[in-house]
Amino acid sequence: MTCLHLLLTLVFAVSLGTPVEIQRPRGVPLTKKQFYEESKPFTCLDGSRTIPFDRVNDDYCDCKDGSDEPGTAACPNGSFHCTNAGYRPMFIPSSRINDGICDCCDTTDEYNSGAKCENTCKELGRKEREVLQKMAEITKEGFLLKQQLIEEAKKGREEKQGKVTDMQENKKQLEEKVEALRTVKEAAEQPEKEAKERHLKAWEEQKAAIRLEKDKAKMAEAFLELDDNSDGFVSVSELQSHAELDPDADGTLTETEVQGLMGGAAQVDTSTFESVWTNIKDKYHSESQPEEPAPVETPPDEVKEPAVDNDSEPYPEDDISEEDDEDEDDEDDYHEDDDKAPPTVKTPEKSHEDEEAMPPYDPDTQALIEAAQKARDDFEDSEKALRVMDDQIRNIEKELSFDFGPDAEFTYMYSQCYELSTSEYIYRLCPFNRVSQKPKYGGSETNLGIWGSWSGPENNKYLVMKYEHGTGCWQGPNRSTTVKLTCGKETVVTSTSEPSRCEYLMEFTTPAVCQEPANTEPSPHGHEEL
Amino acid sequence: MSAMFEGNALSAMQTSHCHTSLNNYRMGLLSVVCVSLFFSSTFAVDRGNFKTCDQSAFCKRQRALKPGQSPYRALLETLELSDSRLTLQLINDNNKVHLLLELYRLQGNMTRVKINELKPLKPRFEVPDVLIAEPPTEPLSVLSKDDNGVVLSLGAENQRLIVSARPFRLDIMEGPEVLLSLNSRGLLAFEHLRLHKDTQAQADGAEVKESVDGDQQQDEGKKDEDGESEKEEDGLWEETFKSHTDTKPNGPTSISLDFSLPGVEHVYGIPEHADDLKLKTTDGGDPYRLYNLDVFQYELYNPMALYGSIPVMLAHNTQRTMGIFWLNAAETWVDISSNTAGKTVFGKMLDFVQGSSEKPQTDVRWISESGIIDVFIMLGPKPSKVFSQYASLTGTQSFPPLASLGYHQCRWNYNDQEDVKSVDQGFDQHDIPYDFIWLDIEHADGKRYFTWDPHKFPQPKEMLQGLMDKRRKMVSIVDPHIRVDSGYKIHNEITSKDFYVKNKDGKNYEGWCWPGNSGYPDFTKPEMRAWWASMFAYDQYEGSMENLFTWNDMNEPSVFNGPEVTMHKDALHGKWEHRDIHNIYGLYVQMATAEGQIQRSGGVERPFVLTRAFFAGSQRYGAVWTGDNAAEWDHLKISIPMCLSLGLVGVSFCGADVGGFFKNPSTELLVRWYQTGAYQPFFRAHAHLDTTRREPWLFGPENTALIREVIRQRYALLPYWYQLFYQAHKTGMPVMRPLWVDYPKDTATFTIDDEFLIGSDLLVHPVTEEGSRGVTAYLPGAEEVWYDVHTFQKHNGAQNLYIPVTLSSIPVFQRGGSIIPRKDRVRRSSTCMENDPYTLYVALSPKKFAEGELYIDDGHSFNYDTKKEFIHRSLTFANNALTSSNLCPDCNFLTSSWIEKVLILGASKPSKVLLKMDGKETPVDFEFDTSMSVLTLRKPGMNAGADWTLLLQ
Repeated sequence: MTCLHLLLTLVFAVSLGTPVEIQRPRGVPLTKKQFYEESKPFTCLDGSRTIPFDRVNDDYCDCKDGSDEPGTAACPNGSFHCTNAGYRPMFIPSSRINDGICDCCDTTDEYNSGAKCENTCKELGRKEREVLQKMAEITKEGFLLKQQLIEEAKKGREEKQGKVTDMQENKKQLEEKVEALRTVKEAAEQPEKEAKERHLKAWEEQKAAIRLEKDKAKMAEAFLELDDNSDGFVSVSELQSHAELDPDADGTLTETEVQGLMGGAAQVDTSTFESVWTNIKDKYHSESQPEEPAPVETPPDEVKEPAVDNDSEPYPEDDISEEDDEDEDDEDDYHEDDDKAPPTVKTPEKSHEDEEAMPPYDPDTQALIEAAQKARDDFEDSEKALRVMDDQIRNIEKELSFDFGPDAEFTYMYSQCYELSTSEYIYRLCPFNRVSQKPKYGGSETNLGIWGSWSGPENNKYLVMKYEHGTGCWQGPNRSTTVKLTCGKETVVTSTSEPSRCEYLMEFTTPAVCQEPANTEPSPHGHEEL
Repeated sequence: MSAMFEGNALSAMQTSHCHTSLNNYRMGLLSVVCVSLFFSSTFAVDRGNFKTCDQSAFCKRQRALKPGQSPYRALLETLELSDSRLTLQLINDNNKVHLLLELYRLQGNMTRVKINELKPLKPRFEVPDVLIAEPPTEPLSVLSKDDNGVVLSLGAENQRLIVSARPFRLDIMEGPEVLLSLNSRGLLAFEHLRLHKDTQAQADGAEVKESVDGDQQQDEGKKDEDGESEKEEDGLWEETFKSHTDTKPNGPTSISLDFSLPGVEHVYGIPEHADDLKLKTTDGGDPYRLYNLDVFQYELYNPMALYGSIPVMLAHNTQRTMGIFWLNAAETWVDISSNTAGKTVFGKMLDFVQGSSEKPQTDVRWISESGIIDVFIMLGPKPSKVFSQYASLTGTQSFPPLASLGYHQCRWNYNDQEDVKSVDQGFDQHDIPYDFIWLDIEHADGKRYFTWDPHKFPQPKEMLQGLMDKRRKMVSIVDPHIRVDSGYKIHNEITSKDFYVKNKDGKNYEGWCWPGNSGYPDFTKPEMRAWWASMFAYDQYEGSMENLFTWNDMNEPSVFNGPEVTMHKDALHGKWEHRDIHNIYGLYVQMATAEGQIQRSGGVERPFVLTRAFFAGSQRYGAVWTGDNAAEWDHLKISIPMCLSLGLVGVSFCGADVGGFFKNPSTELLVRWYQTGAYQPFFRAHAHLDTTRREPWLFGPENTALIREVIRQRYALLPYWYQLFYQAHKTGMPVMRPLWVDYPKDTATFTIDDEFLIGSDLLVHPVTEEGSRGVTAYLPGAEEVWYDVHTFQKHNGAQNLYIPVTLSSIPVFQRGGSIIPRKDRVRRSSTCMENDPYTLYVALSPKKFAEGELYIDDGHSFNYDTKKEFIHRSLTFANNALTSSNLCPDCNFLTSSWIEKVLILGASKPSKVLLKMDGKETPVDFEFDTSMSVLTLRKPGMNAGADWTLLLQ
């Protein structure tokens, strides 16, 4: 209870191998010993009041700052100093004095609680030294590795910068080449176009002639059909039997309407039928043939993506097609498929016409087309090469723009991924890119965040990485991951957890955060006591 | 946690997934929620999942009856009077069914009224295990008897019970005053058991069709009867709600009775509802419903049923407090009406001035689906007397282990052992005390309770030992739904012992809950409970240790795919339907669990079990909390009336999830909630799985400091809390109380539910408004003074005091005239403070008087009871002397705690202070603070168990 008021402690501190005894009130650190002089009244360390010295450590709190009770639990805001010889000295809140729990390894906090504490300072000291030593080794080796990383990064960076410079130069040349080839292409395309147009025009004329022939035959046939009484004339009534000719499509073909179609004549002969035929041929149904089925719509083929890099533009063929297109409305569809031999391809529109296909180009035209095509191919190849180079330059510049640490020591992680397998999931950290989680036994990957920023403490922001805006959570935020970096020889994800729902925490070791060992000799313990 | 989706959303359960990373079953459930919430997108209960009175066939039937002349008549010639029991037959003149009325006069000023069918087709359910014993009776005597009725004497206080014959009614009188009347509005209605008309040979058409025996439609006349009953017949033998059909093989069995309370305007109790302390009239709305339900995201300020039910109502006016205890465990609805409801104060004044007013009166009507009428009328007259009367029937609050009054840290879920360890360390790093850390459902292996997830908690004993080394404790959840899994020992044993609840076809009842397909042990069976208790033995519950305690959640019971998220009413518990026992299922779960904890220690250690569902009598088994609340200011506010209502009906150990379960609280709300929760009996922070972490140190150093400070205030006051729980355990007095309990004549206190008393001596007005700059607290007591516990500023009673507040303020006042012992040396857990000295806070009344008590025992065992190992001191300050005297001279307990300091508030400066002890007088140092008139006695040093006097001269 209150019997152990002012026990003075014997403190053994190890210094240069010589034990020294220092007497002072319980719980007072050496640095404050001078304030506790037995012969004088005690003034609270905040100066608030002065009390007789026998009220120091008398298990009653007199000072507001708790300084009169360094060795008892009487003051709510007091603190107790344990020397912990052999280990590290420390302060504990006075509320932990005699609370039955061993806090100080030298057992001095439990002097009156009945708690059976063992002095573990030596053991702890030894362990700590081991750990420190191990840490020191890791730090040392890690730091060496870090130097290499910095060196490599530096080299890499220079290389890349050099590469970019080279590429910039090459790019210029390439651009020039593209321009030159464009000129070549355009020069080759002009005669091609003209020749094609000529060919087409000739064919169009031919087609027109054929069409005219056919129309005439059809007209003659229709006349015969219409002339029901075979009197050599088509009369109003004969025409009226063809209800499909109804001009206002109201379902009845009136006599007046027929007269209109016939240009006011009561009947027409074969020669005057021509003008009537012009009026009716679009609607006219032959009596002998069944109604023609409507042309079947063929779905347009899916646009094929050219097989180039995802982030480059699709190959721009439109420019080329449009040049050829102007007169060929009914041939729109097949440019993408083949430019070389349009006549060999039957378009769907043509299938119901029994016109002949366009005849092949004559050898001269074909030669011009082939020449133009080659120029186009050359131009496109060079343009593609330019795009690829642009991408490469952009990628390298992007990489160079990342903050890879003060000495670019984190560079090596770029474009790497590190995995950790737990009982349920495989976690994947791709530094400067993203963090993800994939169930081990099937199921899709979940994005736990994409690279956000360095977000360590102010004194070293490079100790924490933040990945944000991952897959959204129900009633919650988007998933995010905090990656804590610690010094290690290897680059490994050592643990993951989800302290809050959808907020992940990863521990990650890397040499890149190893600090230069301050002192090769681990500092001896307890020295600051003296 | 709550069932998180509507029953019929189950079909979607396995196909929809919101979280691609979540592939276990529970996550499947969550994804269902996310689907349904995305569509409704409001954060509130889906009312459509729960019945209104109109959707509950018996409630609708009963409520369709309007007050009028009762068809029941007492057959006085059948009266039989034994020493303490009067029986009498009643007849319903409409259907000629005979009922048997039993009247008992019980010791302690109570009357018991039982009404059952005289000859039921088969027995009707009478609720067992709620009364602690058959209540002792006192002789009844007939004062007079004639053709109109009988007058019985209820004992000394000029109280009489009048049985009127035609129509039947009961009146309890004191002198010329009617205290309470039964069936005065003629709403006694008792649906007798009958054969289904299909099987009934000699059908009496009128009788069968009749929906309610007491049906009396004088207004509409007989002609309507057939038409009426045709319509209503639907719900008699079968009833469908949403996709669930209740087969009702026994047909209509409901009961109803009305009570009139002349002179009463304030009624309280019948928890659990998220509503004001003072019960509202239910005209025009639904009645208050009592039916234990797992309500997902419950809404505030309405009469909907929640997780627990205590069918006890208190009626109070300046003259008297009374109680009605309706002992029935079936679904119950309570209608309240009042002739003064809606009248303005001016209207009432006018009535008074004109002298023409009818007396204020509250009318109450209880409706239950099955069972019998078994009512206890507790006549008070003082509030404390009603509490002791009710306690004499159902027992008192269990005396909790001291540590359970400390702070509890909970979350769904602490992920693994490492997480537990780091949270534990967090408390030490931030110097915040706590006693219990909790593990929710994720700790178990596949939601198989009594097991541990082998990956997350591979070494539970190591974890528990780590906590024990810090003198701390743990709670693991053990829910009553048992995973149907032939590889699970618990399931196999229950199956082999045939302990599961059965469905209507006699097969094991199965429903969906956290583990997926689950069985529900039949806790109504004593053998089942004994077996369940045995599962808590250290060698049965592997990985458990003596510092592991239990949390019973989901014990309404929650059945995700059941009607109203609970069990089908036609499920069978032996010969009784679930309909009969529903509201008591949760009580049995906690009872069996607490018994298990007692048994595992050989009967030595007190248990600690938290439950969500409860019934009358649950107070005997541990603590309750208000279920799945939300991080909203209104939910913080409602925690006060919710716990006050529970306290009034016996359950003192009540708390709400600090911070709010659903959603993320703002920092201000979290701090305010800690400040409120620290002054409520059960103090536990809890959070939903989907919320961000909220351990007290995660909101910046200022807020950490605020939370630390209030938790420390809680710990300093633990001796007072402990003593109040001892008192509650001994007397039934609520620990947390409405002001009117201690100021029953002060009408200003009758509706206050934003402040409360802890015991009689601390008044707390928590800040529950966002951005509050000040609160107005009512300080009661015209002759009293109150001291601000933080500044010692003195305030007069009977005033509304405006208190400016900052984020650090918690308005708390100590009553002048009281002595509160505190332990001001707050340590990291309550157990660490065991031997610490006390500081006595003596707050003087205007007459320079104060008194208080000090109770000390070992804090955890039954030795206080079995061996009288405790110290109980009376502390009195009178005539300038503070004296500690022994309240239990034959008790023996030794403490090493001593008195380190005495603060006397409202004192004047003495010239000398002497300690008289063991015949010696020694001077004591003191200081006097003139500005606040606080006298501090420095280190008087006497043992807390000793006799002593401190003299101020």
